[in-house]
Amino acid sequence: MTGPGIVDAAAYVPAMRLDRQAIFAANSWANPALKGLARGARSMCNWDEDSITMGVEAARRCLSDRLKERLRRLYFASTTPPFADRQSAAVVGEALNLAGNLAAVDLANSRNAGLQAFCEAVRGSGSSLVVSADARLAKPGSAQELQYGHGAAAVLLGSEETIADMVAEYRLSRDFVDQFRGSGESFDYRWEERWIRDRGYRAILPALVRGVLEQAGVPPERLSRAVLPAAPPRMAAALAKGLGLTAELVQDGRLGDVGDTGAPHPLLLAIDALAQANPDELILVAGFAQGGIALLLRTTGKLPEWQERNARRAALSPPRPERAYTKYLSFSGLLPMDFGMRAEADTKTRLSAFDRHRAELTGFIGGRCPVCGTVQFPRSARCVNPDCNAESEQEPVPLAEQPGEVSSFTQDWLAYTPHPPLQYGLAATAEGARVLMEFTECPLERMRVGLKLRFVFRIHAIDSQRGYRRYFWKGAPAPGEERA
Amino acid sequence: MAGICDKVAIVGMGCSRFGERWDCDAEDLMLEAFREASEDAGLGADELDAAWFGCYFDDASVGKSALPLANALRLKNIPATRVENMCATGTEALRGAVYAVAAGACDIALALGAEKLKDTGYGGLPAGTPGIFTEQWRPNTSSPGSFAQLASAYRARHRVQEEDLKRAMAHVSWKSHRNGAINPKAHLRKAVELDAIISAPMIAEPLGLFDCCGVSDGAACAIVTRPEIARELGKTEMVTVKALQLAVSNGSEAGHQGWDGSYIHCGRLAGQRALAEAGVRNAKKEIDFIEVHDCFSITELVTMEDLGFAGEGEGWRAVLDGAFDRDGQTPCQIDGGLKCFGHPIGASGLRMAYEIYLQLLGRAGERQLPSPALGLTHNLGGEPARCVVSVAVFGRGD
Repeated sequence: MTGPGIVDAAAYVPAMRLDRQAIFAANSWANPALKGLARGARSMCNWDEDSITMGVEAARRCLSDRLKERLRRLYFASTTPPFADRQSAAVVGEALNLAGNLAAVDLANSRNAGLQAFCEAVRGSGSSLVVSADARLAKPGSAQELQYGHGAAAVLLGSEETIADMVAEYRLSRDFVDQFRGSGESFDYRWEERWIRDRGYRAILPALVRGVLEQAGVPPERLSRAVLPAAPPRMAAALAKGLGLTAELVQDGRLGDVGDTGAPHPLLLAIDALAQANPDELILVAGFAQGGIALLLRTTGKLPEWQERNARRAALSPPRPERAYTKYLSFSGLLPMDFGMRAEADTKTRLSAFDRHRAELTGFIGGRCPVCGTVQFPRSARCVNPDCNAESEQEPVPLAEQPGEVSSFTQDWLAYTPHPPLQYGLAATAEGARVLMEFTECPLERMRVGLKLRFVFRIHAIDSQRGYRRYFWKGAPAPGEERA
Repeated sequence: MAGICDKVAIVGMGCSRFGERWDCDAEDLMLEAFREASEDAGLGADELDAAWFGCYFDDASVGKSALPLANALRLKNIPATRVENMCATGTEALRGAVYAVAAGACDIALALGAEKLKDTGYGGLPAGTPGIFTEQWRPNTSSPGSFAQLASAYRARHRVQEEDLKRAMAHVSWKSHRNGAINPKAHLRKAVELDAIISAPMIAEPLGLFDCCGVSDGAACAIVTRPEIARELGKTEMVTVKALQLAVSNGSEAGHQGWDGSYIHCGRLAGQRALAEAGVRNAKKEIDFIEVHDCFSITELVTMEDLGFAGEGEGWRAVLDGAFDRDGQTPCQIDGGLKCFGHPIGASGLRMAYEIYLQLLGRAGERQLPSPALGLTHNLGGEPARCVVSVAVFGRGD
C-alpha cells in the first residue's frame, strides 16, 4: 500500500487516576461481585477536561509549527463529543491555531471511530491529523465504571519521515450489538459478557485478522505485536491463542492503569506498541465495534527518534492517584454536590463577543506592540506598557507553547469551582505577557510564586442551563514541578 | 488654585448602625443615616440643592439610578445622581457633592451611600461580571482570592516568612476587633484573640476567616457646603475637605510585568496626590489617624506602606510593633474599620469620613482620640491588579 504513513503520534491520559478499590468500597453494598474488577486505577477527566480538551492535548504533543502549516485535514473521532451540533474538529483546529482552510471532519457513533478516522486519513493525500478522545460515563456501581477510562490519542499522517507505514487494511461491517448508547442517553447498555466473547470477539476477530494478513500476504508468525480490543487479560490471552498468536505478542490493554478509553483506545494501544517496537516490525491493530477494523503497520528506521520524543511526553502529565470516589461522581455530573449559592451564577457565553475574540480565547493569541515590543494578553488597540501606551495594530503572538511562571497565586475556597479550592493568580509567559489565569492540576502544597507552568487548553466554565461550555487556557505545573 | 483644599465644609454627617439589618430595607437605612446628618446640620431635605447616591450592587439591593434615594428621602425633585466605582463608591458620592459645591454649581449638596448586602442569602460578596469578553477568560475570582495574591507576592518580594506575615495580618484584625468592640454602631463588636484569628478556617490562602472584613448592611451620608455658607448657618466648629483624590488602574498592573503584585500601584498614586493636595509633606508625622480600606488584613498592611505610614517591606514589622493600634504612631480603624464596623460597599467611604468627622469634632465618645487635627480615608475598589483607589484628607477648618 502506498500513501501517507504515521509521522508522529501521541497519547494523552488525564493525570487523575481513580483507585478502583475506592470505587468498589463505595459500591460493594450494591454489587459485591465488582470485587474481581477492583484492581489498579482508571483514568478520569479533571472537572475541566472533556473529549475536546483531551484531544487538543494529544494533538499538540505531536505537532510542530512546521508540520502545522502543511496540515490539510483534521479528523476528530469520539462517541462523547461535548456538542451534538458544534463541530469538535473545528474547536480543536482553532485551539491548535491551524489554518482556517482546513478540512475538519468529525466522526462519531462508534468505538471504532478513531480507527475509521485513521483509515480515512490514510486514503487521502498530503498531511492530516487524526484526533480521537472519549470520556464515557458509566452508571455508578456498574462494571463499566471500573473498566472504562478517559483518554485521547492523536496521529499525524504524512508521506515524509514516517515512523510506521500502512501495509494493509481490512474491515468487516456487522451489526453485532454487544452494547449501545441511545441518542441522548448518558450510559452504555451492555449484553452478557460471555455472549460477547463467544459470538462477538471469537467470531469476528479471527476473520478480521485473517483478512488483513491475507490482504498483505503475510503469515501470522511474521507479526511482532498485536493490538486487540481491550479485554480482561485472560480473555485477551484466549483470543490470541485462537488467532494463532502467542500471548506475549498481544499488547497490554492498559486496563490496569487507564481503562478502556473507547474510540481512541486502539490508537492509544498502537502508540504503546510503537513505543516498544523495533524498526521494520509488523504491528497488527484491531478494533471491535459493529464488526471491526484491522490494520497492519510496518515500522521504519525513523522509529527510534520518535520513541525518544515520545518518552519525554510522558512527563507532561504524570499520573496522580485519586481516591475520592465522590469527586469522580461529581465531575461526571452524577452527584449534585452542594457548592453553595455561588455555584448558581449564570455563565452564559455571549457568542457574538466570543466570535470577536476567538483567536484569543481558543488559540491563546496575544499581541506584540510594534513600537515597544511588549507582548500582552489580551491584544489591545493601545499598548499596556505604561511607558509606551502606543496605539497600533499589534502583531499576533501565540502564547500557548511559551513556558510560563506563577507571579502571584491564591487557593480560594470561596469562589465557585467544581474542584475547590479555585487556584488562580497572575502568570507570566516567557515573552513577557502577563495573564490572570486559573491554575489546574497543581497539588495544593506545590503551588508557589515562581512555579514553572505549561499552558493547557481546558474548560473555563460550564453553562448547565444552556448546555454550553466555554474553553480557555490554564497554567499547569511544568514537567518536574508537580513533585517535590 | 486647582484642588479642593478647604473649599468645602462638612456641616452634617450621619451613619446608620451597620450589620445584619434583617429588620429593614435599604431605604430605611438611608433615612436612618440622613436623619442624623440632617439634625447635625440643621438642614432638611427641602434645603438640599443636589444629591449624589452611592450604591454598588444595584441588582442586590435597590436597583439602578438615584431614584431609590429620591424616593426614600422624598427629595424635592432636585438633581440626583447615582455613582458607582466599586468599593470607592461612597467616596465617589462625596466627591460628586464636594466638587459641585466647590464649583459653585450649588450651595448645599448631599452625598449618601447605602448598601444592603445581607439579602443575598449567603456570606461574602456576590460576583459581578468583569465584562462580556473578559468573563470568558478570567478565572471566577472572589474578593478574598484576589487580595490573597497580594500576600503571596509580598512574601516573595520582601522575603517575609509565611508565619511572620500571617502573624502580622492577624495583628491587623486583632486591633480592629478591639476597636470595633467599643463602637455601638459597629457590625462586629467582639474582641478576638490572636490564636483564634490565626487558626480560623481558610477562605483564600493565606487569608483566614478573620482576615476578611464583615459584609454588612448600612448607610452613611454627608451634607456639604462652602465654608462661608456654613458660617452663615451658625457653624463655628467646622471640618473641611483637605483633599479628595482618585486613581484608577489602566490595565498595566494586570497586563504588564512592571508591577510585581506586592503593592497597590494606584494606592500609592492616590495617596501621593491627596497628600500633595492637602499640603501634607510627611504623612507619618502630620496625619493623626486614618481609616483605610481594610477589606482584608493584608490590604491594610500593604496600604500602610503605600500611603507612607511604613517603609517599603517594613509594614509587617510596624504592624507587629503596634504602630497602627489605637495608642500607636498612627491609629488606624479606630471605629473598627471595614473589618468590624462593616462593609456595606456604597456606604463605606462615607462611614470612614464619618469617623474622621466625629474624631475631629471631639464627638467620638469612648473611642475619642486626644485632639486630632488631620485624618485620612482610603478606599480600594476592585482588586490589587485592577483597582479604583480614593484617598481623602479631612481637617478642622475653623
